[in-house]
Amino acid sequence: MGENMIRFFVLLSLLLIPNAAQAFCGFYVAKADTSLFNKASKVVMSRHDERTVMTMVNDFQGDVKDFAIVIPVPTVITRSQVNVTDGKIVDHLDAYTAPRLVEYFDEDPCAMRMLEDSVMLRSAMPQAAVMAEGVSNAKALGVTILEEYTVGEYDIMILDAKQSDGLLTWLEQEGYKLPGGADKVLKSYIKQDMKFFVTKVNLEEFEKSGFTNLRPLQVAYEHEKFMLPIRLGTLNADGDQELILFTLTKEGRVEPTNYRTVKIPTGNDVPLFVKDNFGEFYQAMFTEAVEKEDKKAVFLEYAWDMAWCDPCAADPLPNDDLRELGAWWVDSPDDEEIQPMPRAGRMIAPVPAPVNVFVTRMHVRYNAETFPEDIALQVTSDRQNFQGRYVMRHPFKGAVSCEAGKEYYKALPKRFETEAQSLASLTGWDVADIRNRMSEAGQDFDIKPKTDGRQWWERMWEDE
Amino acid sequence: MTLSSLLLLILFWSDFAPTPNVFLITAASTIAFQLLFMFFIRKRNSIPAKAGIQKHYRWIPDQVRDALREDIRSPLITALSLTLLLKANAIWIFPLAAFLAMASKFTIRVQDKHIFNPANFGIVACLVALPDLVWVSPGQWGSAVWLGFILLCLGVLVLSKARRGDIAIFFLLSWAALIFGRALWLGDPLTIPFHNMQSGALLIFAFFMISDPKTTPDHWSGRLIFAFVIALIGYILQYEFQVREGIFYALFITCLCTPLLDLMLKDKRYQWGKT
Repeated sequence: MGENMIRFFVLLSLLLIPNAAQAFCGFYVAKADTSLFNKASKVVMSRHDERTVMTMVNDFQGDVKDFAIVIPVPTVITRSQVNVTDGKIVDHLDAYTAPRLVEYFDEDPCAMRMLEDSVMLRSAMPQAAVMAEGVSNAKALGVTILEEYTVGEYDIMILDAKQSDGLLTWLEQEGYKLPGGADKVLKSYIKQDMKFFVTKVNLEEFEKSGFTNLRPLQVAYEHEKFMLPIRLGTLNADGDQELILFTLTKEGRVEPTNYRTVKIPTGNDVPLFVKDNFGEFYQAMFTEAVEKEDKKAVFLEYAWDMAWCDPCAADPLPNDDLRELGAWWVDSPDDEEIQPMPRAGRMIAPVPAPVNVFVTRMHVRYNAETFPEDIALQVTSDRQNFQGRYVMRHPFKGAVSCEAGKEYYKALPKRFETEAQSLASLTGWDVADIRNRMSEAGQDFDIKPKTDGRQWWERMWEDE
Repeated sequence: MTLSSLLLLILFWSDFAPTPNVFLITAASTIAFQLLFMFFIRKRNSIPAKAGIQKHYRWIPDQVRDALREDIRSPLITALSLTLLLKANAIWIFPLAAFLAMASKFTIRVQDKHIFNPANFGIVACLVALPDLVWVSPGQWGSAVWLGFILLCLGVLVLSKARRGDIAIFFLLSWAALIFGRALWLGDPLTIPFHNMQSGALLIFAFFMISDPKTTPDHWSGRLIFAFVIALIGYILQYEFQVREGIFYALFITCLCTPLLDLMLKDKRYQWGKT
């Protein structure tokens, strides 16, 4: 009997890594290299009518033979309702929706021009749970194995249980250690007529697949329940867990109905040094925001129509990828009707087809106390765009010769101070430290106007 | 006084809050439609103007004066409920909801008593007719205890004048019984039903919507039955059928039974301004 530890859904321990700066307008902005959020998971849910597709990403770092998850699902999941997909698609969605840092360069106050740049914050993911082999006296314990199959590198069983202690005993007989309190939660799910989706890694298939990481697992089902089970995941977590939930819908924003949604602060001007510490900044800011809400809110990080973005942290996802993630209502290129030929003499500008996918990105930090209940979700018709966006303004550094230029320089320290205060209130960092770091990064509070050193009469007669 | 504190409350809450403009537009609409309906319906039915008219208002036509004398708290509470609970993609939805609310109040009547709670009718009609444009956000208010407390106090203030406060209490008790019962049956920790009870939307619904004195049964035992039936239907819709806005439909359905309850359990009719 193995000593495998079962770790439960929400699986997934996630690192939010501010990764890969996407160049915007040709400007490179450095990436932060620290991993951000630990013990976090990443889930994509597509929902339209009563159809749900759930994609669970995992970045399980341990030995794959120790990987196992138990997920309560509202209905029986057959072989064809399960899929494994390419993690890159979710990474792309993550990048597209990530909070972003935008960079502006002040023009010469005596002239005019502007550039923009962006850094984005990307979450990387989860790590999951564990289970071993064997089907023994399941029936005797009131556990029914409704389905059993292998998809990709995963061995999957769908269990129906009558009694939580039976299920518990059965799992333990199979060699799993269950966290304390699991029986109560299992019992609650059993009474709510939920089934259990139990997965472990098929080592043979995993080796054959040639992948080094486990691929995201997808489940499609049709049921009126639209919720994310988090309760099992809180059982064995020490401290807070992190969850990034992406949703794709036809109608609009998705929101929890039993927890409050709060928009993360956005649009704030931040000092220049944040550029090289964007990860640190975002983590501190998020923690501060969570504390302000008593840890009881779900944070909205992004809500946008998939057809576009501004600024783009990454390109919108192509239709095929959206379909792969469960947006079944999106036309695949094959289904597209043949467009009628434009009549002669009329120019028709190529208009991109409407994608009809609205993406929501929610970020939750939770534990059993602050989020006692599974997250119940609803699709709303709210199509208002929202993004987490932070702004850096590079001061003009050149020499100025006009009056406006001198005024510009005079106003800079005040602006720096505003940025420092804003950063302090966002992150809870000490404002004196912030000022020091700003000075080190070249935002000098004693900045003096730069002139070209020539006297006014020299400039006046420079052409002669 | 109560209403002005509520206005203040409107101004300072969260991200997805309606703006004060939305409230002003909705309030203006409910009051305007109330006056219009009173003007035309009173005229048609030639209900005599009330006595005790002050001399210096004599230049105002009888019907309008009557309408103005009528307590405006009712349309204001309707506007408040609409803005607090209904979310919409377009601002014109709110005057529309206000119109529907007031139209139901003046046209769907049994024994000179309107059947549907006006705000609830407006919300349900919009949810059914314009599902692509409106929604309700039960989670919007979160579960901050202090907020619950404030709402409780304000609610009690409103009800103490309306004298039909018992129904809100009946409803909350019924709801609590159902969700605590559910938690016990499922073996869930009691933090779950406690979390559910702290929902701001639930309190707003209880204190500002179903407690409308005009659409609740006249007899207290009728109100008790009424409140329990709403809780039960709402619970079934929400937990069995996953309808997140279940309590609004529950009130809508239950309102249909009010005339029956009044028939069986007779008591004095409520009138605004009379205590």
